[in-house]
Amino acid sequence: MALIDVQNLSVDFTAGSGKSKRVLHAVKNISFKIEPGERVAIVGESGSGKSTTAHALINLLPGSGKVVGGSVNFDAKQLVTDGHAAQEKEFVEVRGSGIGLVPQDPMSNLNPVWKIGTQVEEAIWANSAAQNGKKLDKKEAHDAAVQALENAGLSDAKSRMKQYPHEFSGGMRQRVLIGIALANNPKLLIADEPTSALDVTVQKVILDHLDCLVKELGTAVLFITHDLGLAAERAEKLIVMYKGEIVEAGPAVEILKNPQHPYTKKLISAAPSLASTRLESTKAAFSGYSDRPLPEDLSFSHLRNVPNFAAESLVEVYGVTKEFSIRGQKEPLKAVDNITFTVRKGQTTALVGESGSGKSTVANIVLGLLAPTHGEVAFNGHYLADYSKSRATLKHFRKMVQPVFQNPYGSLDPLVSIGNSIKEPLNLHKIGTKKERDARVAELLELVQLPNALKTRYPNELSGGQRQRVAIARAIALNPELVVLDEAVSALDVLVQEQILTLLNDLQKELGMTYMFITHDLAVVRLIADEAVVMQHGKIVERGATETLFNNPKKEYTKNLLDAIPGKHIL
Amino acid sequence: MASSEHFVAKVDDGFEVKVDAVDTTTPARSSWGDAWEYLRHRPLFYFSAGLLLLILVVVLFPGLFTGMDPKYCDISKAKLPTSGEHLLGTTLQGCDVYARVIYGAGPSVLIGVLTMLISTILGAVIGAIAGYVGGVLDAILSRVTDIFFAIPFILAAVVVLQMMTNVEGIVKIVFTLSAFGWTSSARMMRGAVLETKEQDFITASRALGLSKFQILVKHIVPNSFAPLIVLATTSLAGYIVAEATLSFLGLGLGSDTVSWGVDISNAQESLVTNPALLLFPSGALAITVLAFIFLGDVIREALDPKARQ
Repeated sequence: MALIDVQNLSVDFTAGSGKSKRVLHAVKNISFKIEPGERVAIVGESGSGKSTTAHALINLLPGSGKVVGGSVNFDAKQLVTDGHAAQEKEFVEVRGSGIGLVPQDPMSNLNPVWKIGTQVEEAIWANSAAQNGKKLDKKEAHDAAVQALENAGLSDAKSRMKQYPHEFSGGMRQRVLIGIALANNPKLLIADEPTSALDVTVQKVILDHLDCLVKELGTAVLFITHDLGLAAERAEKLIVMYKGEIVEAGPAVEILKNPQHPYTKKLISAAPSLASTRLESTKAAFSGYSDRPLPEDLSFSHLRNVPNFAAESLVEVYGVTKEFSIRGQKEPLKAVDNITFTVRKGQTTALVGESGSGKSTVANIVLGLLAPTHGEVAFNGHYLADYSKSRATLKHFRKMVQPVFQNPYGSLDPLVSIGNSIKEPLNLHKIGTKKERDARVAELLELVQLPNALKTRYPNELSGGQRQRVAIARAIALNPELVVLDEAVSALDVLVQEQILTLLNDLQKELGMTYMFITHDLAVVRLIADEAVVMQHGKIVERGATETLFNNPKKEYTKNLLDAIPGKHIL
Repeated sequence: MASSEHFVAKVDDGFEVKVDAVDTTTPARSSWGDAWEYLRHRPLFYFSAGLLLLILVVVLFPGLFTGMDPKYCDISKAKLPTSGEHLLGTTLQGCDVYARVIYGAGPSVLIGVLTMLISTILGAVIGAIAGYVGGVLDAILSRVTDIFFAIPFILAAVVVLQMMTNVEGIVKIVFTLSAFGWTSSARMMRGAVLETKEQDFITASRALGLSKFQILVKHIVPNSFAPLIVLATTSLAGYIVAEATLSFLGLGLGSDTVSWGVDISNAQESLVTNPALLLFPSGALAITVLAFIFLGDVIREALDPKARQ
């Protein structure tokens, strides 16, 4: 008999009341089963209803969410009958001891004012009370908590118990949450995007450990994830959800190799972790980017010429170090430590690294927003430091180098219309007449494949991907030489991500721009970059052509990074 | 469905995965437009705005509402009850209460609005500079704000008002109230600016070549102003009350001026024998203050969707 049997489950969210009441059918009539010890993954994009499904199983739906149809049977207990959830009391008994939950965000799921130990003990206490009404004494709970943390792979668990969440890294916190979830030997573990907030190498270690644990305990696992590669690697069975419905379900490898539904096909072809080659552009290539004439700099007499600046280079970084002084600490923090690399004209150079690698600091230095502590950056044959010496040259530099940032919700001024946002650079640099600027805005919107009608609208009406396209239009408005893309696609859904990457790639071909692509995601690097620079702790570990780096990594760290790309070994 | 089964949902005709399609069928709205859309459907907004409009008319054209002169007092008609001639009766000195309530609105509302404008602008400028520039200047400005915040308001007002004996009444009170009222808006503005300046679009504007001042004026201040508008509408009510308090203490407007505060102050002498004298000016005050607070509340809900129920 199945451990959990979900039949025709439907969940609605309601917004507003009375006449303006709107009902969103988040989950529509879905059915699936999980056998004891089986690992199943629900895969989908944001809004697909995957997390809502998981939360409905344990009656933890947020806000106005309500189960409106179907039934759920867990371990011979009827949790949902004919669209009616059981009493809260029943769920309290099941949660923790029957179904454990590893929540999504390790940063916000531990109470910052309580010690780790207290929080684990609390969970063990609550569950054992709910399970058999027996109250553990202090010593028993403490021992059980230490055991739970040790099982979760936290070294030195005993002394860790006395620490507070802020003393833990993201990976350690996630281990604590896994420890809590598994502390009472649940029969089913729901892991809701358990590692999305973590670095890839940490993700791999944690998931490997989780795999071992559940195999040992015989726990069934329901993964909720947006990452097809991860799902296929960690689960035997996949359930693909799209707009609240299951579009395809079955054995993981088979679905990956032989997808039937058009949505699944699309999702698999877009998943960067499963791709193996660089994106091809359908656009006609820009006529020889190495010959693209750069703006005349000779009128600025204080711009010294950099000796031996290579003709094919756009940016050369020589031994750059950036230190930040931290209050209360004598030693400054070295965010970037003596790095040297080159960005070639018309190409995409990726800067890859995990959090704390210093990649974003490098981006800000190249953008001229931060001055390096030591070393020099040269742009187009002149020192960047020289550009900053006068307002005229700095403005000239700004015209040639533009950024696109990660957070689509923070990258546009919410009070400025889309059209005016794109027009701002043109106004500022006094380009063309008013009429010409309006025409240019229309042209830019077309370049990023957005309808011209959007120009009178405001950012709050756009999706994340659309905002990112507006941010790109704004960045390329001045025909820059270099666009610095700082995690520009990291916050987007897989299909939207692929769409934006394709757009960026086409724009590069068409306009002959150079990209510096900052990312934590090696899989994306393969899709878009010609050259890659791998960074760790502020230093460059390895750099070279993307293909060489992927096929023949020289350094251990690069190998680990590549190895950690989920789903890499499946196809 | 068995585990090994490969389930595929039926594909509807014309099924197409639309990636991030742009919906231009809905009418365009800014976040201010969004706020307006919310306000349009709130009865409380119409109620408070209507009330404030009425108060405004009373302030500007008191003659429309009464033919009486509020300063004409006939001692022979003292302490009359409500009648056709004297709608709300007369005071101890024989002045018409209704006329005094109508004419008293002017100074009270004027003081409230002027103080609100001056203290909000002053506070916004100080708070914005502190938050934006940061460092030593922020430390200095923030401590100054804290010091002003810590001074007991009435005590300080008593001292300042005593010193300014030869300044005209309204100017004197507006000055005093503003001098101590700007601190909350400065704190709020500083907080909002600190939050806004970390946003990516600010960094993007720097990379575009906007000067620090342009960024502050074009992007940071407009995006930090919403909470301040709410604070301003609610604090305005407080300023009207403060004027009444000061007048009640005999420090505000002279007793020859017609204002709610002065009348409330005068009514205390006959609180026991004739409570109606206190009731009417303080009732008018309460209604005005409530109207401003209601308006502040709906505006807060309109600007901050999270505050809506």
